[in-house]
Amino acid sequence: MERDVKKEQEYKNIAQKYEPKPALLKNVVMAFVVGGLISDIGQFFLNFYLSRGYSMQDANTLVSITMVFLGAFLTGIGVYDDIGKFAGAGSIVPISGFANSIVSPAMEFKREGFVFGAAAKMFTIAGPVIVYGVSTSIIIGSIYYFLK
Amino acid sequence: MAKKKLGTQTVKFKNPPSIIAGGTIVGPKEGEGPLRDYFDMILVDDTYGEKSWEKAESKMFQDAVNLALKKANLKISEIDYLLGGDLLNQIISANFAARQLNVPHFGLYGACSTMTEGLTLGAMLIDGGYADYIIAATSSHFSTAERQFRYPLEQGIQRPFTSQWTVTGAGATILASTGEGPYITHATTGKVVDLGMKDANNMGAAMAPAAADTIITHFTDTGFTIEDYDLIMTGDMGRVGRDILLELLYKEGYDIESKYKDCGIEIFDESQDVHSGGSGAACSAVVLNGWLLSQIQNGVYKKVLFMATGALLSPTSSQQGESIPGIAHAITISTTL
Repeated sequence: MERDVKKEQEYKNIAQKYEPKPALLKNVVMAFVVGGLISDIGQFFLNFYLSRGYSMQDANTLVSITMVFLGAFLTGIGVYDDIGKFAGAGSIVPISGFANSIVSPAMEFKREGFVFGAAAKMFTIAGPVIVYGVSTSIIIGSIYYFLK
Repeated sequence: MAKKKLGTQTVKFKNPPSIIAGGTIVGPKEGEGPLRDYFDMILVDDTYGEKSWEKAESKMFQDAVNLALKKANLKISEIDYLLGGDLLNQIISANFAARQLNVPHFGLYGACSTMTEGLTLGAMLIDGGYADYIIAATSSHFSTAERQFRYPLEQGIQRPFTSQWTVTGAGATILASTGEGPYITHATTGKVVDLGMKDANNMGAAMAPAAADTIITHFTDTGFTIEDYDLIMTGDMGRVGRDILLELLYKEGYDIESKYKDCGIEIFDESQDVHSGGSGAACSAVVLNGWLLSQIQNGVYKKVLFMATGALLSPTSSQQGESIPGIAHAITISTTL
């Protein structure tokens, strides 16, 4: 069948009419609230580690470790996806969401074996984030180095 | 000229096969839905005691066939052909079930349209005199489909409102050369239609043009009118797809709304958070073999146009930016000849 661009456009207009709109305001508010709460938990741990006499740098590292653990743990017991359902970006963007994106495929693909299943699939979602995150930081770092 | 053909895409069976039994098995979520009383078996655990969801799906396929055989009081050795398929790569659920069933097997892939694809071919085999008994069966599983087509289950993401929920279940129909109906009298085989929709989270919009095309062709080929039918039912258009389909048909002069139902809308309640509705190869299979057959047997509907609809995408085609082709196969189920 030949592609009929005009017909396709006409159809697109009809189809769009019936597409339910995402609840934008609700999503933004939920993302703000839950993302903020996750940040509060992070801040709580930061204060806690600082009060135990760790340096700022060490305390920061410990907070990251704690939040990754919590994200992974909640994924493991099947709670993180429920939070994500109403929090959206609020639970995806923090570091706990990064842990979720690694643990969830690892859990799901362990049946295909620990090497080609869990380990290989672990980075299907997180991999691109790491690749472009590292690439971007190299570019920005280089620019900073030469401009300094 | 093919003697049994009507128009461009329809066949009229000379010796219409009878639907003598249907077997259904569904997962826990479907078992909480509005059609729960019509299924033969409801799983408490969607792994069905197996190590993987894929194994569970294959076991459901096998059990749906066995449930149908039991109802028809037949042994598998009396079945001439099994026509089955599912959504997984290389249709492993159907093929692995057929390995256990020990029966001549045609593996089919028509995505979610597989149920009526199997019934059409099975009816042709029987009408052609090549078989006395055939089984058409399909399965799908929410968890196997999600991991193949979308994201890991525990991934914390939001599903768009246009998305549909893959039905966990399996359905099997037994057709026989002799019997007292309900009969499959006509079958309209759909063309692959693609109007350029690319959103894998909006299957309803991808399939609606194919569904409209097959319905219109069916009426043109057979000369039937909407009034001839008590019910026109599609497989898994969902709420979004239904609205689009009704508008497409209305524009062509067919107002089917009063006679129209969709398996994907019927199988779940709106409170079950499935967004646009159910989908998957099992969606039409369990609704047909569970709810619809019992309605026909109880005389609620006498003549039904049943059409399973499929979105023929793969994860690879989606990633490569291809649009989603749709297909729809319709059969006429009638209590009289």
